[in-house]
Amino acid sequence: MTGLLRTSIEEQFSDIYLEGELSNLRAPGSGHVYCILKDKTSQIRAVLFRSSAVRLRFSLQEGMHVIVRGRLTVYETRGEYQIVLDTVEPKGIGALQLAFEQLKERLSAEGLFDQDRKKPIPAFPRTVGVVTSLTGAAIRDILVVLRRRWPTLHIVIAPVHVQGESAGRQIAEALNALNELSFVDVIIVGRGGGSLEDLWSFNEEIVVRAIAASHAPVVSAVGHEIDVTLADFAADLRAPTPSAAAEAVVPVLDEIVERLRELTIRTGQVMFRHCAFERQRLDAAIRGVTDVRFRLQDAAQRTDDMVDRVRALLQRLLTSGRDGVHKAQRDLSGLNPILTIKQGLATVPQFSKRLEGQMGVILTQHRYRIHATLAQLNTLSPLAILERGYSILQTIPAGQILHRAGDVEVGQELEAQLASGRLSCKVTHVFDDSSV
Amino acid sequence: MAAVKFEQAMARLEAIVGELEKNDLPLDESLKIFEEGIRLSKNCLKILEEAEHKVEVLVQDKNGKKRIHAYSQDDATDEPSS
Repeated sequence: MTGLLRTSIEEQFSDIYLEGELSNLRAPGSGHVYCILKDKTSQIRAVLFRSSAVRLRFSLQEGMHVIVRGRLTVYETRGEYQIVLDTVEPKGIGALQLAFEQLKERLSAEGLFDQDRKKPIPAFPRTVGVVTSLTGAAIRDILVVLRRRWPTLHIVIAPVHVQGESAGRQIAEALNALNELSFVDVIIVGRGGGSLEDLWSFNEEIVVRAIAASHAPVVSAVGHEIDVTLADFAADLRAPTPSAAAEAVVPVLDEIVERLRELTIRTGQVMFRHCAFERQRLDAAIRGVTDVRFRLQDAAQRTDDMVDRVRALLQRLLTSGRDGVHKAQRDLSGLNPILTIKQGLATVPQFSKRLEGQMGVILTQHRYRIHATLAQLNTLSPLAILERGYSILQTIPAGQILHRAGDVEVGQELEAQLASGRLSCKVTHVFDDSSV
Repeated sequence: MAAVKFEQAMARLEAIVGELEKNDLPLDESLKIFEEGIRLSKNCLKILEEAEHKVEVLVQDKNGKKRIHAYSQDDATDEPSS
């Protein structure tokens, strides 16, 4: 009877659609999935055999609202009828979308998408790996942009199918293979635009895990700006398109060369300015020293003049003034400004604000002492003596100052210098004391 | 890795220029880092010039052995076997 029923049922209900909620979900090791599909008023046993179960992209969950397609059959052992499911679709949301959400949640919980896992993209990669199809627009765009920006770049392409059954595995293997090449600095993985189905490989767990495990930083570029895949979440950087990914991984060589040139020039300019500045300071210091030297020389000359004049005066001093004159000479030589100046010059330090100050003091002191000496000398000056009624006799024309009467003979013409004015005289008698 | 070396060298060079432009170093210090800067600049240029300039394709044969060959336009017509 059961056999008859079964034949009858299977013939009549060979392709049916049902809608309901999943309950009593069981998935034993066999890989088959058993459950009860129910709505508010009724329920039916359902089985999803392994061959169909593996094609499901999302996982079935208790209470999930689904639309199923299948055929009715009778499980003779128990005498129950049930539906053998062919496809299961989540109600209200696409199967792929659901699968996406589920996997995203699971991998996210594992931390695969965490921000702190993200590796920085190297600023100047020498070698860029590319995982994509050799026939698509993506590789063309990537190569064009990479070679335009950095013409000498080393590029290693790991070709893969980017859609279809084996695509996910190929992409994962390519990522691993590029990682084995230690010289690959960064990897671009992606493809051009397509339907959600076309892009599906980039949502596969194996791809997401390979990206997360990559030692080299990975830039994802799947489809267009609006397409977001799990590969994008796992990648260290998500580029909206393959061209954008290429732009993100390499700078423009010309700009870098220009930057390097600019930095080098600036280094030189700054250094040149610094040297020029130091040179100027040195020049100023030398000028300062030279200034002081000129001033010292000038002062030395002026004191020389004074000393000469003082000497001339001394020579013309009368005998009675001799002691005072000797004293004055001693004083003068003791204060010889030339000697002091020479000593001063010998100790002129190289950079000389200090020196200038010191020399200024020394010069002032000298000037003061020279003035004092001159004042002192002035009291000894013959002119001062003459004021007291003495006169100086000089021979004419020799101009020799007379000290002894015996130095002249009768008839010698003499000039007598008085305090005011001079007299011209003639010797009429000579009274030489020594002859007395 | 040369890429990292280059990045570091550029960063150091930037720092040196900044340091020099602050203009608060004594002349001999300035000279020292100036010389370092010029050395870095030369190295950077050398690294840029050493770049390899090639496009290659990494393929895996049926035994799983990997090899690399130069990329040519013909590659675009071959799909990888899977």
